[in-house]
Amino acid sequence: MDILSALVTLTNFVMIPAFAYGSQLALGALGITLIYSILRFSHFAHGDVMAFGTMVVIFTTWGLQAAGITLGGVLPTALLAIPVGIAAMVVYLLTVDRLVYRFFRQVKAKPLTFVMASLGVMFITNGLTRLFIGTSERRFEDGARFIFTVREFREWTGLAEGLALRSAQAITIVAALLVMVALFWFLTRTKSGKSMRAYSDNEDLALLSGINPERVVTITWVIVASLVVIAGTLYGLDKGFRPINYFQLLLPMFAAAIVGGLGSPIGAIVGGYVVAFSEMGITYAWRRFFAHLLPEDMAPDSMLQLLPVDYKFAVTFAILVIVLIFRPTGIFRGKSI
Amino acid sequence: MSVNWRNVGLFAAMGVVLLLTAAFQSWQLALTILNMSLISAIMALGVNMQWGYAGLFNVGIMGFTAVGGVAAVLIAMPPVPEAWAAGGFGAMLGLMLGVATILAAVAVYKRMAPGRMRGLVIFAVIVVGWVVARFFFAPATQAIQAVNPASEGYLGGLGLPVILAWPVGAVFAAGAAWIVGKVSLGLRSDYLAIATLGISEIIIAILKHERWLARGVNNVTGIPRPVTRPVDLQPLPWVQELAVRLGWTVSETAAILSALGYAALFTIVLAILIWLSEKALNSPWGRMMRAIRDNEVAARAMGKDVTRRHLNIFVLGSAVCGLAGAMMVSMDGQLTPGSYEPLRFTFLIWVMVIVGGSGNNWGSVLGAFVIWFLWVQVEPAGRWLMETVTANMDVGSDLRRHLLDSAAYMRLLTMGVALLLVLRFSPRGLIPER
Repeated sequence: MDILSALVTLTNFVMIPAFAYGSQLALGALGITLIYSILRFSHFAHGDVMAFGTMVVIFTTWGLQAAGITLGGVLPTALLAIPVGIAAMVVYLLTVDRLVYRFFRQVKAKPLTFVMASLGVMFITNGLTRLFIGTSERRFEDGARFIFTVREFREWTGLAEGLALRSAQAITIVAALLVMVALFWFLTRTKSGKSMRAYSDNEDLALLSGINPERVVTITWVIVASLVVIAGTLYGLDKGFRPINYFQLLLPMFAAAIVGGLGSPIGAIVGGYVVAFSEMGITYAWRRFFAHLLPEDMAPDSMLQLLPVDYKFAVTFAILVIVLIFRPTGIFRGKSI
Repeated sequence: MSVNWRNVGLFAAMGVVLLLTAAFQSWQLALTILNMSLISAIMALGVNMQWGYAGLFNVGIMGFTAVGGVAAVLIAMPPVPEAWAAGGFGAMLGLMLGVATILAAVAVYKRMAPGRMRGLVIFAVIVVGWVVARFFFAPATQAIQAVNPASEGYLGGLGLPVILAWPVGAVFAAGAAWIVGKVSLGLRSDYLAIATLGISEIIIAILKHERWLARGVNNVTGIPRPVTRPVDLQPLPWVQELAVRLGWTVSETAAILSALGYAALFTIVLAILIWLSEKALNSPWGRMMRAIRDNEVAARAMGKDVTRRHLNIFVLGSAVCGLAGAMMVSMDGQLTPGSYEPLRFTFLIWVMVIVGGSGNNWGSVLGAFVIWFLWVQVEPAGRWLMETVTANMDVGSDLRRHLLDSAAYMRLLTMGVALLLVLRFSPRGLIPER
């Protein structure tokens, strides 16, 4: 019986990784949910746009590193490059909007036409990313790798089990919290944010009260660009950059947005953490956790892993299905069009 | 019915382009493109049923094609008796217990009154069923995978003729589609998209991971083929005679003959499917489907059961995709779960349907030919472009090598541009719906 060790194991292998992953998903799902509530379509290019933005950040990071500009070797240089990435993505997304989506808005096309168009954008963005940076894995984190390592933790506490906190994870969690707070401040306290919410609630009424729809759309893309670049960079710092992984984030991000309730920002955040914690919890081998909790002669001999890690999609999907069956509008009662 | 000369002209132009490929590149390449185009056309027909007739947005085509491909392995490969002896019973028992668990949970859900008690009972049923099923299943599959793992390590198939796998593949895909459709139809249209995207990823994950079923990432190779292989054609006297008469090498002749055999088989299947689809589209059933697509509320008011009709067409369309998947695997002679990518097997088919003209069967077929031709030919074109661009660069420079390596991704760009252009300037596609 060693409750403390059990908790430390759990924190090390489930809580911290899931919290970081959940933050990344939440930021991605926020983008999806914003596009959905303002532009009223499911943005299938989200994962690839994320990869594209991260690519810009990576190139900038390499440039900065080559020029000898770093954050003193403590924080990753990529943080300095994020504003460049955001600027590039704002330009990219607004260009795409002008060239592609605006026409469909003007002719009042059906939502699924927008989705088709976003498939086209997905192909192009996907191709561009691979054209520039290729398909192989790129690492771009520098600075201190750990806030504290397993060994340091053991020395401090004298426990048998170790706990490590990687800088990428810590940065992710802090940065995601800051971004979320800033976004909610913007949506609830500023005039632009309020006009966005008004537009999302009732388009006709918002138009009648003199809100300029094109301005709302522009602001939305600017916010989405920022969210996408930050989420993508944090994910890349944490797990390494491969375009295909970003593409595959599409499913968990959409699941997070739907589980929380499409169109509800709070829902997107909660959904992100729900998806991340379920994925981690169900694919984690619980043997060591229970070995600490149970008396020695009852120690489990199997891995106690509910599903192999390869099936993490299945977990996401199962959550999605459960929500779709029992509460189709999501936890926070999103809207459905 | 008058002949639409414009459409005939479009198909004839496509034929000429393929003939030009044969003349300037090679007959083998032209036939490879033709065969894959025929298979893609069948997939596009399936998607067109769902999207064009009924307005259902299915992004899980990859999963349904892969399920169809599994049928080719399960039907045509010879069984592995040692593996069956080692763990066949346990694996089957485990699977059945798993299914029984799900059925029991559904039964509880239907019989018991809603409330916290019901949730708890369902949870208990699932947990107990899971543990019991795993108890039989896990050791059995490990035993199976340990049987001669270099070449077998799976249960094998039934050893039946591979042609049988085509309808069976359709049935498999229909089963998967029924489950997905039951859950997600009747909800918002985008939800179906996300659900199908999810199920297709899961199907691929299962194929990669469950090695006892179809060897997973180790791939099953040497699946019997419906058409004699080129290697077996070569020694035949009439093939050698033909080669001499045409002035080709024997191996080339044999390969072309074999490819022609596939082309004939695929054309027959495609022709039957088009005939059936056209009949269905112009029947009361087809009119009802289009009525539902164009105005769901009105159709419901007329007493049509929209959700059930959607389920019908979703299962039918997915079955057609499964059929195409089985055909593709039997042509390649191998099942490689690692090669299933959503861009290639889901979104590319969508480009075909949209470019060809959604709602029109001939349009989908033409779209499949055009897009597959582009998909294959853009890569050499991109390489040529890159070589021209980099001609003046230093041979050893990194940028030049990078640009040459990247030529392959030109095809993704091209597809995106093609899709956007069609959506913007000709949203009804090459051959619009009548």
